[in-house]
Amino acid sequence: MNTTVGVIFSSINDEQVPELTKVRSKGSIPYGGRYRLVDFALSNMVNSGITTVGIITKNNYQSLMDHLGSGKEWDLARKEGGLILLPPYSDESEILYKNRLEALKGSSAFLKKCKEDFVVIADSDSVYKLDYSKVIEEHIAHNADITLIYHEHESNNRSYMILETDKDERVRVIDVNACGTGVRKHYMHAFVARTSFLLNVIQTAISRGYASFSRDILLAGLSTYKIYGYKFDGYYSNICSLETYFKSNMDMLDKSIRKEIFGDRDIYTKINDAPAAKFTETAKVKNSLIHDGCLIEGTVENCILFRNVKVSKGAVLKNCIIMSETHIGEDCKLSYVVSDKDCIISNGRLLAGCELKPYFINKGTRI
Amino acid sequence: MLRKKECVAMLLAGGQGSRLYALTSNIAKPAVSFGAKYRIIDFPLSNCINSGIDTVGVLTQYQPLVLNEYVGNGQPWDLDRTFGGVHILSPYEAKKDTSWYKGTANAIYQNIRFMKMYDPEYVLILSGDHIYKMDYDKMLTAHKETGADCTIACMQVPMKEASRFGILNTNPDGSIYEFEEKPKQPKSDLASMGIYIFTASKLFKYLELDEKDPKSEKDFGKNILPAMLAAGEKMFSYRFEGYWKDVGTITSLLEANMDLLGTVPNFELRDKDKVIHSRSPLAPPAYVAGEVINSLIANGCEVEGKVINSVIGTNCVIEEGAEVKDSVLMGNIVVKSGAKVNYSIIDEDVTLGVNAIVGDVKEVACKVEGKTSGITVLGRGIEVSDGAKVAAGEIVDKSV
Repeated sequence: MNTTVGVIFSSINDEQVPELTKVRSKGSIPYGGRYRLVDFALSNMVNSGITTVGIITKNNYQSLMDHLGSGKEWDLARKEGGLILLPPYSDESEILYKNRLEALKGSSAFLKKCKEDFVVIADSDSVYKLDYSKVIEEHIAHNADITLIYHEHESNNRSYMILETDKDERVRVIDVNACGTGVRKHYMHAFVARTSFLLNVIQTAISRGYASFSRDILLAGLSTYKIYGYKFDGYYSNICSLETYFKSNMDMLDKSIRKEIFGDRDIYTKINDAPAAKFTETAKVKNSLIHDGCLIEGTVENCILFRNVKVSKGAVLKNCIIMSETHIGEDCKLSYVVSDKDCIISNGRLLAGCELKPYFINKGTRI
Repeated sequence: MLRKKECVAMLLAGGQGSRLYALTSNIAKPAVSFGAKYRIIDFPLSNCINSGIDTVGVLTQYQPLVLNEYVGNGQPWDLDRTFGGVHILSPYEAKKDTSWYKGTANAIYQNIRFMKMYDPEYVLILSGDHIYKMDYDKMLTAHKETGADCTIACMQVPMKEASRFGILNTNPDGSIYEFEEKPKQPKSDLASMGIYIFTASKLFKYLELDEKDPKSEKDFGKNILPAMLAAGEKMFSYRFEGYWKDVGTITSLLEANMDLLGTVPNFELRDKDKVIHSRSPLAPPAYVAGEVINSLIANGCEVEGKVINSVIGTNCVIEEGAEVKDSVLMGNIVVKSGAKVNYSIIDEDVTLGVNAIVGDVKEVACKVEGKTSGITVLGRGIEVSDGAKVAAGEIVDKSV
């Protein structure tokens, strides 16, 4: 049997969602009423039979560490392997890594110790459910060096990494910063390789002073390496702005998407104890996700409420994401609001954003 | 350094709970679900950890499978310890002096060696039948202050109910001069809560004496406490004020669940200083699209129907057009469209078919006479077929 080790980037492209990453890394952005973004990549790995996962961190990883703990909730508190945090490692003059390749260099000591044949590398900025062992099967069938996982969908004029593959899924063209629209193959920032191959690539990159993984290895290696694509056709959303964060969360109100992602109850996360959500005589709730610990006295429509959110009497929330421990006062009216944790909204406030630009409230704010 | 624990708790969790009928056909009473997220045993276990007691022996005997798996290594209560922690103590075989647990006192007697491993000064005896929050450390402090050999937690109950309990007759200083187990003519309204702190050496002494007495029923209330009192040991009452409910009957179990509802509930679980921990199943937040009034809904539920005055446990599905009122749904229950549930307690893993009718509206049902006073009870794992009807007050533990 082939064995696989996982590596997760918890802190790449943090600057895309500055609102939410001010106090945390991308991987620990709260999601879907109870999860953190890292839960998806991590649970996918665990559900693919991976029992050793290294998590590369950079800045502000306290909240990530708090979330992951010993890894017990992912069944990764192990004597052999398990969950291993890989904080920034610098030798001599170097400061914190500036890009993906430098981050990988930092983790090569970890990878060298791993006996696993294959490695899955994934970012923690996306929501999807995928059994990576299927990718490895195809990787072996293609006798590939690198298999990039992609999802085909309509681009909306932002820059992406776009792949073009031939009929055998061999990647022929990579556009690193592609703009424009149309249905295209978007790289999902997850790939598979043999561990030994990846270590060689990293070694070469170090000796030749390469700086960019996508430019110096993928693009430059298109002809020398056998780079293949793996088409994923389930639900996929990438969090690359507050707008995409909002939309991805709201997708979870869709029954079929919710079933695909959470139906098997195997997206693991840290467990916090809270009593069941309480709805009083005056509660009116429509089309919303309500976490344990919430107290609902007002009206809630198309919302996602995290743990211990209080919605007081007379308050009306529509199309909002409210993170844990936030209290909404009496007779408040909130529409298209994303509130971070521990906020207090005083009685009678009117706050509104719109679908493309939700009104964001910083962690711990009192309004 | 000699390692020891000042106080070790022993939790009697072997009770069958026969008055819960179908709810305890396959599981022990302490494993019965409560309040959408909990099992009864969460309360004494959480009270222990919240009182600074980190060594707990859980004595099981009747149908221990679910209970053992639930308690596991004790991690949800922070009771997975290198020294101490929670230990399941089931009856075992040895060359002599062991058998099934023959009574509460005999159960503790058979585990004297477990307690002695921790060389405790005090032993706290608990039962797994009650819903309450209590700081046992305050009781222990009182035990030390009075210099008692045994302290019994008690609370005032209505005089007319006093004959259901062990009653303490006390002096003004709180010391006990008489203990009566379920007296016909109670002299006081101070009921024992079944929570005892013993000075360990005295406990071991009286357990050993009691074991040698062939006439003894090996019961704390009937034998150990009266024997200590007769021998002139110092026994004190400890007055508890707060919410405490014996959930040994169907009616009291439903009442206790309902006590959680409302803005100012009779029993508050939402305060953050004494959290009741539980082994929570992993589930996304509840999806709510229907009408939910004055109810509790746990994670993992999909509610598109109507829920009124009810407690709904983890992973329940209430389809559009279905209605649940004045009821407790313990978890993993599917109520299909058009089905109606009234004044019922439904155990885990039950499916109610389309248009099935379970129970009758509370106002009518509560006049039905019977073992459950009109509350309908559906046991674990059963199926009620489409259009089937279960009458008010019925107890069902096979699919209908």
